[in-house]
Amino acid sequence: MSFLIGENMTCGYGGADILHSCSVGVDPGEIAVVVGPNGAGKSTAMKAMFGMLHLGEGRVMLDGTDISQLKPQERVLHGMGFVPQNNNVFTSMTVEENLEMGAFIRRDDISGTMAQVFDLFPVLKDKRRQPAGELSGGQRQQVAVGRALMTQPRILMLDEPTAGVSPIVMDELFDRIIQVAQTGIAILMVEQNAKQALNIADKGFVLVQGRNAYTDTGAALLADPEVRRAFLGG
Amino acid sequence: MADVLNALVLIANFIIVPGFAYGSQLALGALGVTLVFGVLRFSNIAHGETMALGAMFTMLISWWLQSMGIGLGPLPTALLALPFGIAASMCLCLITDRAVYRYYRRVKASPVIYIIVSVGVMFIYNGLVRFIVGPADRVMVDGQRFIMKAKDFKTATGLDEGLAIKTSQAVSVVCAVIAVAMLFWFLNRTRTGKSMRAYSNNEDLALLSGINPERVVLITWLLAAALATVAGTLYGIDKSFQPFVYMQLLLPIFAAAIVGGFGNPLGAIAGGFVIAFSELVVTFAYKRVVAYLLPESLEPAGLVQLLSTDYKIAVSFTILVIVLLIKPTGLFAQRTT
Amino acid sequence: MIQSQRTIMLFVGMATLLALVGIGQGWDVALLLVNMCIISAIMALGVNIQWGYAGLFSIGSMGFAALGGLAGVIISAKPVPGAWQAGGLGVIGGLLSALITIVLGIFVWRRLAHLGRWRYWITGVIVLAGFIIMRSLMGPAITAIEKIDPAAAGYLGGMGLPILLSWAVGGIFAAAAAWVVGKVSLGLRADYLAIATLGISEIIIFILKFENWLTRGVKNVTGLPRPVPYEVDMIASPAFQGFATAIGTNAIAAASIIVKLCYAGLFSAVLVLVLYLSEVALRSPWGRMMRAIRDNETAAAAMGKNVTARHLQVFILGSAVVGIAGAMLTTLDGQFTPTSYQPLRFTFLIWVMVIIGGSGNNLGAVLGGFVIWFFWIEAEPVGLWLIELITSGMAQNSPLRAHLLDSAAYMRLLTMGLLLLLVLRFAPRGLIPEVKR
Repeated sequence: MSFLIGENMTCGYGGADILHSCSVGVDPGEIAVVVGPNGAGKSTAMKAMFGMLHLGEGRVMLDGTDISQLKPQERVLHGMGFVPQNNNVFTSMTVEENLEMGAFIRRDDISGTMAQVFDLFPVLKDKRRQPAGELSGGQRQQVAVGRALMTQPRILMLDEPTAGVSPIVMDELFDRIIQVAQTGIAILMVEQNAKQALNIADKGFVLVQGRNAYTDTGAALLADPEVRRAFLGG
Repeated sequence: MADVLNALVLIANFIIVPGFAYGSQLALGALGVTLVFGVLRFSNIAHGETMALGAMFTMLISWWLQSMGIGLGPLPTALLALPFGIAASMCLCLITDRAVYRYYRRVKASPVIYIIVSVGVMFIYNGLVRFIVGPADRVMVDGQRFIMKAKDFKTATGLDEGLAIKTSQAVSVVCAVIAVAMLFWFLNRTRTGKSMRAYSNNEDLALLSGINPERVVLITWLLAAALATVAGTLYGIDKSFQPFVYMQLLLPIFAAAIVGGFGNPLGAIAGGFVIAFSELVVTFAYKRVVAYLLPESLEPAGLVQLLSTDYKIAVSFTILVIVLLIKPTGLFAQRTT
Repeated sequence: MIQSQRTIMLFVGMATLLALVGIGQGWDVALLLVNMCIISAIMALGVNIQWGYAGLFSIGSMGFAALGGLAGVIISAKPVPGAWQAGGLGVIGGLLSALITIVLGIFVWRRLAHLGRWRYWITGVIVLAGFIIMRSLMGPAITAIEKIDPAAAGYLGGMGLPILLSWAVGGIFAAAAAWVVGKVSLGLRADYLAIATLGISEIIIFILKFENWLTRGVKNVTGLPRPVPYEVDMIASPAFQGFATAIGTNAIAAASIIVKLCYAGLFSAVLVLVLYLSEVALRSPWGRMMRAIRDNETAAAAMGKNVTARHLQVFILGSAVVGIAGAMLTTLDGQFTPTSYQPLRFTFLIWVMVIIGGSGNNLGAVLGGFVIWFFWIEAEPVGLWLIELITSGMAQNSPLRAHLLDSAAYMRLLTMGLLLLLVLRFAPRGLIPEVKR
């Protein structure tokens, strides 16, 4: 049993279910990646695990306790951090203020965590007084990840962090994510760039039409000829 | 040389000084509208009446203070009553939010429903003001009328034209500067203020960050009530307290907020001054200014006035229309992409 | 079927209320109330077309109603001899130059997009020049016009045509103003239409109040001709006196009631016509499309519907109906009083009617018009009576009692606001909810 696990999740928006008894899990220090074709329910799985969707069936367990009934804000208090795919920074606020807002629920001194984030993303330190809306796409993603890290989460969930950034920026972002994982944080992310993502993944979940199609280590999935043919373009 | 100076004094006396006072009042009003818009995302039609109510509370308390023989000497007693007036209208806004608006947040009503709801609130506020003090025109200002009288200015400088500064005008500007400084300190320096900006900028992300929306809304109403009371009181001291006037102020205030870009506090201040100065510049009769600057033979026969003062409301509307046509997001829009 | 029974019950209830007024306060009062109710109902229909059909929030009914009133003046007032000779040319020239300026300004603005910053200056100079030309043409003309018999005329005067014609012209005036406002503010956020209409209606009122050459301003235009007989003529006729005695009343009372009945007949005809046309439109493919746009703008736009153009259409139609009602109101009053136009009364009260009657339902809007106008008028005596009751325990000379009695009139503002909020909260679909088709 993993540290964070969504078990047999079945849910959707309004009418039809998008996820059908789908399970996803991750352990501390590990990177788990959810991949799959468009409309497979990758982002839905993330939203379900973060409490933004009501589960029809199944449950979400964190460190052995059932958190299925908690609101997203309460999950933040329980050590989960989430980076949405779009609109994931406060555009009119400076980088520093973005990080401060990330730490809104903390009442203790946040300067240490902020220093860590600046160590991880040095470019943000230079631009700390600049509105986040004026940054480039890759820098914005760094702000978004940094914001989520400010609560010192035990789990960081990322919804397509590399959407719309150049390959070079993507590689750098993945390097940073590995660095974050090495500090002992569990990382669960959804990725469009399946090959590159599985390359850095300890665990991979391939979803097809809301169901678990393949689940294995990243390397094993990359090596699996069937997965390669169907999802990784040969 | 003296002619040029006289012309300048004329302009200062009739455009610059009143412009700063009126602009301060409009800016404070527009700030309230823009804050409510930024957080609750609707145009609060009842804001003009909130100003009237706040001014009324202040006026009632200042009457009581006057009857007790308490005053501020040369300054209007209303200033002393202002904190109490602010507190009263804050209470009223919170009660309104609890009783009226909160339900619509829960059901996630569309902005247009909020506007209609604010029309209902406007009726009630409107009735309250008239019920309590009646529709009559009342003088709110006391103490010393002028800081500088036109006559004194003339004797001091030897010019033909006088420059008068009313106490209420100076009070307006000073109060507005203090209020704006406090507001921006709050928005930019405090945790709560920043959370308000965050919520206004990106509601979903604010929720994800653990910002409590109800608390943000509460603070917004408190600020809007305070700003409305200060704006309404300053206008009341500067002109006089007439309940119906505040509804007519709604248009210039909204125009100022739109010129500044809805939801942008700095823009609202700029917008307030743009509207105030445009109104005065367009409706001022330049006959005497021109007479000073041109030789006697070219003295104009008419008033040299672009628009009669009766139409000052048309100025804010024209500016509003131009902004809507050219840049609907406001001239001072923030970069949000 | 339940709904139609409910509708009938509500209208019967309304009729009973009016009948009670007739018995209690006299039929003269009741009929005046009915006439005003009908006019209110038509205004509510106009607003309902905008809000109920298309979800447009306009708060400018006051301006459009006043334009209808202006039509009444222009069409039916007695011509002022010499006024056109004195200043007609100047006024027309001024208005023409304003029109040319606007057209030229828009043309230049559109054509000079490549010039960048210069475009602002060039357009600005054109507009300023046009404005000055207009002022210089109109200024002397206005002075000349206002000099003609200022006590009785002092304005351009009307055309002396039957006032019924002004009902149509009032609709056209309002439609033209709505076109301008709609062009500017539709297609943006809903808030902008609200604010723009609030602005235009204030400006229309200011123009009517201050442009003496057009409307005599605050001096009012009185004595507009009637579409129905005059009481004095009736009373003077022996045949009518005989008729009055035959039905057992005196001639003065009978004449007053018959005049009001004539108005009621004319107004009802318009109400029925507008109601019929609105219903036909609502049931037509056009009405279906409007509702589709209202319920899901994005989807409708994706299906190739030009949402902004449709909104403009419906906004103009609704405003025209308000304009017609405005002309009818001036006809009933027999005079045009610019100062009587108050936003609370002419804009926001109409909204209360629509919301309480049932947004999207034409019969609902009509009922709302009747009910709200009825209570708006009757709330005053009732409120006074209530306050007298509450304060009856106080000393006769108590200042609080005197203040409360003085302020009783403002109770109705509170009541209307409360009513609006209660209906929005607990019965948002109104007295007669929209029929889901």
